[in-house]
Parts: sequence; structure tokens; C-alpha cells
Amino acid sequence: MSTIAAAPRTWDEFMEGIWKQNPVFVMVLGMCPTLAVTVSGVNALSMGVATSFVLVCSCALVSLMRSFTPKEVRIAVYIVIIATFVTVVDYAIQAISLALYDALGAFIQLIVVNCIILGRAEAHASKNAPVPAMINAAGMGVGFTIGLLALGVVREIFGAGTLFGVSLFSANFQPWVIMVLPPGGFFVLGSWLLLFSWWARRKEAQQNA
Amino acid sequence: MSSTIEIRSAPHVKGSRTVEQIMRQVVYSLVPVCAFFVWQYGISALALITVVTGVCIWTERVFTGTGTQSGHIQDYSSVITGLLLALTLPPGFPLWMAAVAAFISIALGKALFGGIGFNVFNPALVGRAFAQAAFPTAIATYTPSFLSGRGSEFIPSSLALPLMQPADTAAWLHGMQIDGWTGATPLAQWKFEQTLVGAGELLTSLGGHLPIGPSPVLIVLCGLYLASRRFMDWRIPMAVFGSAAITAWALFLLDPARFPTPFFTLLSGGLALGAVYMATDMATSPVTPKGMWFYGALIGFLTVIIRNFSGLPEGVMYAILLGNAVTPLIERVTQPTPFGKGASKKARRAASYSLNPSYISRDGDVQERDKS
Repeated sequence: MSTIAAAPRTWDEFMEGIWKQNPVFVMVLGMCPTLAVTVSGVNALSMGVATSFVLVCSCALVSLMRSFTPKEVRIAVYIVIIATFVTVVDYAIQAISLALYDALGAFIQLIVVNCIILGRAEAHASKNAPVPAMINAAGMGVGFTIGLLALGVVREIFGAGTLFGVSLFSANFQPWVIMVLPPGGFFVLGSWLLLFSWWARRKEAQQNA
Repeated sequence: MSSTIEIRSAPHVKGSRTVEQIMRQVVYSLVPVCAFFVWQYGISALALITVVTGVCIWTERVFTGTGTQSGHIQDYSSVITGLLLALTLPPGFPLWMAAVAAFISIALGKALFGGIGFNVFNPALVGRAFAQAAFPTAIATYTPSFLSGRGSEFIPSSLALPLMQPADTAAWLHGMQIDGWTGATPLAQWKFEQTLVGAGELLTSLGGHLPIGPSPVLIVLCGLYLASRRFMDWRIPMAVFGSAAITAWALFLLDPARFPTPFFTLLSGGLALGAVYMATDMATSPVTPKGMWFYGALIGFLTVIIRNFSGLPEGVMYAILLGNAVTPLIERVTQPTPFGKGASKKARRAASYSLNPSYISRDGDVQERDKS
């Protein structure tokens, strides 16, 4: 009985971060990496994976420590936990690919102050058992990665004519310079937000009708 | 018309002119300018104007169809946006890029804000600014005017395939053997080569094969028609020209070797078109007379500053966009004093008020109100 009832709830918890509470398109959190590192699909994907890793690990630890974390110093505790995992990611990326490390720059270290992670720790992990907290965090991480990819892919296609480094058009392709510049990030993010809100509104209208 | 009872808040007295009438007059006044542009650059310019205007109207139609826009497709405002955008682009601008710019100008510049009257920035300039940021090379590539085969032969860069780079016009022009052709507009020539094109040639746009837009004289004449019929406020262009001239003159006096003459500043680039047609966009310029002077003066000043002290040869576009951005602030600080709230606390006496005040009614107003 309990397993049957628990399965859809877990799935809902996971899907929440991808669709209903998508950190990029619904909550509009973590805009700094969203706009800054999504110049190409590879950058976006690695940033998403790095953030997801930090998110899942720190939520698990915060959840484990939730019963004896003093309320007064909880934010400091969360930050120390998050910073620990960010340091792990920082060194890991540096070891795997120096080119990627240079491309992402300071934004790897800045995962510490990403409000998605702190928000999850405060709003969910500190009140739930480790497994649901990790599932929720994983959903958020996947949702964030999808959001970054959505921006990165569009910006890479228009800005360089490639997709994950693979050339899509002939050599004669005209790159849209604006797409790799900061304004391009805002334009593409705005367009996606527009599309998703239109989609959500239409769905709502259909349900009401 | 007057049989319907209007239930709404003030103002109740309004002019009989509709948005559509005003916009149509602006389109009529732009026809000679566009004709001159086509005469200068031939079939490429014609295709550019057609494509840009067509895409603007189509985009407007798509967005008005969603029911979220204030205007409707018949109000000619998208035609004006299209014509103005086409006039600001180089004639050999690839048509697919022009279509992108046209879509952006209506979608981002106007539809996003809720349609005509709600836009913060001039839509045509939003489109051009996007094109400038996205395709900086293509938008700076000019071809000479009055080429011999312009009536039948496209500029090769016009017909670039969508998403592809335009053909190189330099090789095409090399075969034409044009004397003294450097490929730079008069402004770029001044900025990067320190050569000054004569004021007479700039005035009429007729001298030789200069890569410039329609004649400033023609644009000002068309603007005078609009201003004389009160479809446009004369204060804004006057303020733009005046402030640009004064700023340029002051700089010229400081260092004649480094700064161009005020005549060159006034006649070159897009200053005439910008001052007469773009700065005066009703939705994006102040409504108070004092505000109009200030707004125009700001645009003229910024244009000269950008032209002389930045990396760009031309600054009219950014100057007007900045002017648009501060318009709400200008309107706020230049609100006229309401009657009875002046600095002097004395009550005014012996004031008389016309039943048909001249500042409201024009043309057919008086008759229409008498009838009702």
C-alpha cells in the first residue's frame, strides 16, 4: 500500500523541479549563471551538471543534519556545506578540462551563492528526510540544466552556427554577433519565458474549459 | 458618431483626428523620401523597402490577431515603422537580415509593450539597433549611389541566402571602376580617414557616387509638410538641429582640425531623418512643449557627442533611443502648472475662455461639435 502510494508522489516531487517549479523558467532563480555561461551548449550542460551535483549533495547533507542544526546559525551551516561541494566541483572541473574551467570562469565558484541551492536547502531539505530531499533536489538540478541547455543551444546555433561544437550549416554561415553577447542572453531568456508562460496559460485555459 | 454616449473619465473634449489619419499622412510624406532612395540605389532599395515593410505588416498582423494589442492592422503605424527601418539600413543590406530586423522592430519594439502608444522606444530604431548588434559588418557595408545598372541589377549582398553571409560587394564594385570610391560613408570617411565631404553634395545627395541616404533637404521639406498640417510637432526637430548645431559649432571652435564643421554635422548621416521622423514619434516623445525642447536638445547633443567621442561614426540611433528612455522623466519634470496653482498665490481675474479653444480644435472639429 505504502509503496504504491509513494511512487507517484516521488515522481511528482521529481517532476516539480522540471516543470511546475522550474528554477529558470518559473522561479526565475540563478539568473547569473543562466545569462553568463550559456554561450554554448557544452558550457550550459557542464554548468547544469555541476550545479545539480552541488544541489543534490548539499541537500542530502542539510537534510541529514536538519535535526541538530541550530535555527539561529542554519544559513551559515548551509553555506559551509554548499561551499564544500562547490570546492569539490571546482577542483574536479579543473582536473577534467582546463578549457572548460576557463570558459566557465568565476561562475563555478559562484555556485555557492546560487539561490536555487540555498532556496532548496532552506525550503525543502531542512524539513524533509534525505531521500525525498535528494529527489526534489535532483528534479531541480535537471530542471536547471534543461533551462541552461534551452538557452545555450539557441545561442550557440545562432551565435556560431554549431550545436555542441558540430557545425550545422555550411562554412558560409553568418553568425549573429548579438547572440554571444550579454544582450543575446536576455533576448533568448525572454523568448523562452514568453513561450513557457504562453504554453502554461493555454494549458490552464484548456483545463478550465 | 456623436449619438453614442461615452461613459468614461476625462478628457471629454478631443480632436477629430484619428491615429489612422495621422499615420496615413506620415506615410504619404515618406513616399517622396522612399522614391528618392529607390532612385539612388535602384532595385535593391526597392526590394529592401518592400521586404521590410511587408514583414512589419505581417508581424503586426500576427500580433494584433492575438487580441493583446492596442492598435489594429489598418492604422498604418507598422507601414511607417517598415519604411523608416528600410531607410536607415544600407541599400545592399541582405534581405533576410532586413526581415529579421523588421520582425524584431515590431515584435520586440512594439507588440511586447502592448501595441501602438505603449511602446517605450521607437520600434524602427529597436529593429535597427538589433541588426547593428547582430550583423555589425553587413550594416556598415555601403555601396555607391547612382550606379549605372541600378535599375535592373541587384547589389549582390542583397540576395544572400537566409542565415548565410552576404556576397562581398568590394569585388563587384572593383569591376565597375568608380573613381575615388573608398566604401565609407561621409561620416566614416571623416572619422577614420579625416576627409570631409562638401556640404553641397551632402545637402542634395546628388554629387557623384556618395554612399548616403536621401537628401536632407527633401526630408526636411517632407517634415515641413507634416509640421504645417500639425501632424508632427515642429519643436522636436528644431531642438535636435539647433542643439546639434550649437554643440558641433562649439567643438569646431575649440579645435577646427579635429572636429567637423556644424554644416557637416547637420547634413551627414541620419540626423535629418532621425530628427524629423524618428525623434517625433508620438508615443515615445514628450507631450509637454517644454519637454519637447529638452528632449530634442538632448538628442542633438548626444548625437554630436557619440559621433565625435566614441568608436562609432554615427550616433543618431542611440541618441534617440536614449532620448526615448528619459521621455517619461522629462514629462514628469516639465508638467505645466495647473490653473490656480501657480507660484503667485494671487487669484487670476478677468480671464476669458473660448468655447472652442484654438489649441484643441482643428479642421472639422468646430462643425462637428456644432452639429451635435
